[in-house]
Amino acid sequence: MFDLTGRTALVTGATGGIGGAIAKALHAQGAAVALSGTRREALEALAAELGERAHVLPADLKDGAAVDALPGQAEAALGGLDVVVHNAGITRDNLFLRMKDDEWADVIAVNLTAGFRLYRAAVKGMMKRRRGRLIGITSVVGVTGNPGQGNYAASKAGLIGMTKSLAAEVASRGITVNCIAPGFIESPMTDALNDKQKEASLAHIPLGRFGQGAEIAAAAVYLASDEASYVTGHTLQVNGGIAMI
Amino acid sequence: MSDIAERVKKIVIEHLGVDADKVTENASFIDDLGADSLDTVELVMAFEEEFGCEIPDDAAETILTVGDATKFLEKNAAQA
Repeated sequence: MFDLTGRTALVTGATGGIGGAIAKALHAQGAAVALSGTRREALEALAAELGERAHVLPADLKDGAAVDALPGQAEAALGGLDVVVHNAGITRDNLFLRMKDDEWADVIAVNLTAGFRLYRAAVKGMMKRRRGRLIGITSVVGVTGNPGQGNYAASKAGLIGMTKSLAAEVASRGITVNCIAPGFIESPMTDALNDKQKEASLAHIPLGRFGQGAEIAAAAVYLASDEASYVTGHTLQVNGGIAMI
Repeated sequence: MSDIAERVKKIVIEHLGVDADKVTENASFIDDLGADSLDTVELVMAFEEEFGCEIPDDAAETILTVGDATKFLEKNAAQA
C-alpha cells in the first residue's frame, strides 16, 4: 500500500517543519522529489540527507515568474511530475483593524496565488499524462477563522475553494486535487507562539497534544498514492480533534 | 487538403475519438464533435506541440471549428 516507487513529486516550502516531513515521507515511499524553498543551503542539506532521488529547486514564491517556471523545472529534473504539494505558507498576523496592505498581500501571494500559478503550470503536463495529484496544505484556520489571522484564514479558505473548483475541472483526466488541513503542528511557525498561547491552544485539543510533521506527511502520502484515487476535492483535517468539521 | 489541414484533422480524430468523416472544415469542436471546454484547451495544447507555436489565449478563444484551427496554423505554424 502507498507505494510511490517511480513517482515524481514537487514539494514547496520543503525546508519548513511540515514541508520537510512531507518530502521525507514521499521519498521514503519511493518517490523522486524536487525540493523547493527560499533557503538553498537548507534545501541542499535536506537533499543530502535524502541521498538519491532528491533535487533542489530554490524559488521565491512571491515572484510570479519563478512560480510559473517551477513545475517545468521539476519536470526537467525529475523526468515527470506526478505529485505537487503546495505547502509553502507564511503568516503576517495582525488585528484586522491594524493589518497593513502588505501584510495582507504577502500572505495571499504566497499561500494562495502561488498555489494557483503552481497548479496552473503543473496541471498541463498532468492532463497529457492523464495522471496527477495536487495537494494543498491549508489550515484548520481556513475553516474556523482565528483572531489576528484574517489574511492567513482568507488565504487558506481560498485554497480550499480553489481546490474544489480545479478538482471538478480535471477529474475526468485522472487528476485529483485535495487539501490537508493541519491543526497545531510543532513547527517553526508554531514555535513562535508564547507559552500562554500554547497552553490555551492545548486546552482545546481533544487529543491533548500538538501534532507532528510526520502526521501531516502521512496524510500527504495517502493522498499522493494510487490508493486515494477516488478521493478528490476533499480537505482532510489532521488536527487532533480541535475542530470536527 | 493542405498538409496542415491533414495534421489538424488527425489530432482532432485522435483526441476526441470521433469518426474521420465528421471532422469537416466547418465542424465545431463543441457543437458537432462532442468536445467539452477542457477538450478544447487540450486540443490547443496538442496543436501547439505539433506545430511548434504558441497559441495565445485570445487567439485560442476564436478557434471554434476545425477550419478555424487550420487557418490559424497556416498563418502561425513554425514547423509547417
